[in-house]
Amino acid sequence: MNRKAFFAGMIVALILMVPVTTSTMAFADTLADVAARGTIRVAVPQDFPPFGSVGTDMAPQGYDIDMANLIAGKLGVKAELVPVTSANRIPYLQTNKVDLVISSLGKNAEREAVIDFTAAYAPFFNGVFAPASVTAKTAADLAGKTIGVTRGAIEDLELTKIAPADTVIKRYEDNNGTISAFLSGQVEIVATGNVVAAAILAKNPPKRPELKFLIKNSPCYIGLNKNDPGLAAKVNEIIAAAKKDGSLNAIAQKWLHTDVPADL
Amino acid sequence: MNYHFSFNWLLIYYPELLKGIRITVQLILIGAVFGVSLGIACAWARALGPAWLKPVVTAYVELIRNTPFLIQLFFIFFGLPSLGLQMGETSAANIAMIINLGAYSCEIIRAGIQATPKGQFEAGVSLAMTPFETFRYVVVLPSLQRIWPALCSQIIIVMLGSSVVSQIAAEDLTFAANFIQSRSFRAFEAYFVSTLIYLALAVLLRQVLKFIGGRLFPRRAPR
Repeated sequence: MNRKAFFAGMIVALILMVPVTTSTMAFADTLADVAARGTIRVAVPQDFPPFGSVGTDMAPQGYDIDMANLIAGKLGVKAELVPVTSANRIPYLQTNKVDLVISSLGKNAEREAVIDFTAAYAPFFNGVFAPASVTAKTAADLAGKTIGVTRGAIEDLELTKIAPADTVIKRYEDNNGTISAFLSGQVEIVATGNVVAAAILAKNPPKRPELKFLIKNSPCYIGLNKNDPGLAAKVNEIIAAAKKDGSLNAIAQKWLHTDVPADL
Repeated sequence: MNYHFSFNWLLIYYPELLKGIRITVQLILIGAVFGVSLGIACAWARALGPAWLKPVVTAYVELIRNTPFLIQLFFIFFGLPSLGLQMGETSAANIAMIINLGAYSCEIIRAGIQATPKGQFEAGVSLAMTPFETFRYVVVLPSLQRIWPALCSQIIIVMLGSSVVSQIAAEDLTFAANFIQSRSFRAFEAYFVSTLIYLALAVLLRQVLKFIGGRLFPRRAPR
């Protein structure tokens, strides 16, 4: 092919790309696409139990997978689960590789600028946990007590700020150290995320960690593309119905061993 | 290289560093004194002790020498509570270091005892000394003198190995370095400074042990 034909071809390709790049300005109607296709593509995690992991039979399992199946069921379509990582879940949504992102997604300003969020569907918080026999309604009640945290985590930084001066804070190198310290009775109170507390509860310990007070609340939301009011409204409706009829609570009990908080 | 070195955090976090140094020094002082004592007792048991005691001590020594220190520490701190034996992390760290140094120094000191010429024991018997008196007055100090450099090295190894007690939240020097790194995000500077401090502590400990050797074994043959 001679040089003139090559450049002509490149210019035609560039011109053809323009409608593709400008098409995102229009309102999307994902609901109609999904109904026509018969499947809804949902991005789910596969490396973050209990929200998403791979079972021994190599099938994905977790809170987010159950949520995806619930939404697909209510929409009357099949769920096509697309495994993603924390780094690529939003780009997958933006490039239309998936319709929804259900991946323990937290809401913040940078993400709000590029995607939309539905109502919250899963609790995700850092708090202070202790057995029922311990009373600690606020940070001031921790005076004189020993509390275990994972070094460098958000709970560590926040707790150091709000705990009284005579609280003894024991910092372990990782979540496993903190869990071991609680299970072996080395510390009675731990400050950690609800996911780690669920991991402790899953081991059926004699002393069950209960939430005493919240340090930081960052529930999980479902992510979807901007300018898609139909899908957003429908998913919010499904979430609200699931909260009311107890099916969301069943998922929370199965994977987090606690009920859905009332203020979710 | 675009990295900007910054040691300003030293001004903010030096109390944590000082506490870490203090805890590390305490750990090795207690560990060395009781560990070497345990080592002498076990070496005597294996070399000169009654026949029923030898397998017991051998089992202990071989178990400790053939398992990692971190596993021993985790067992004492996380495992023993389920058998009803609860203890704080400083106690667990001390006990783990004493048990560890005891096993290794037992083998080192036993080599010194076994290198003692038979004539020394016979001299003790001929002076109507009991076997224990022979050990205490005639054998033990020359045995220690023979293996003193190796024992010093082992003590320093255990001091440097004490850095793993940071895993059970004992606030030693390594824990201080990790803590500073997780607050200031200055990993290179934090670990560089703590490495220098460990180096200084090791050199200091070697000098102290050399001085103790000079005091304990005054008739050491000149090189």
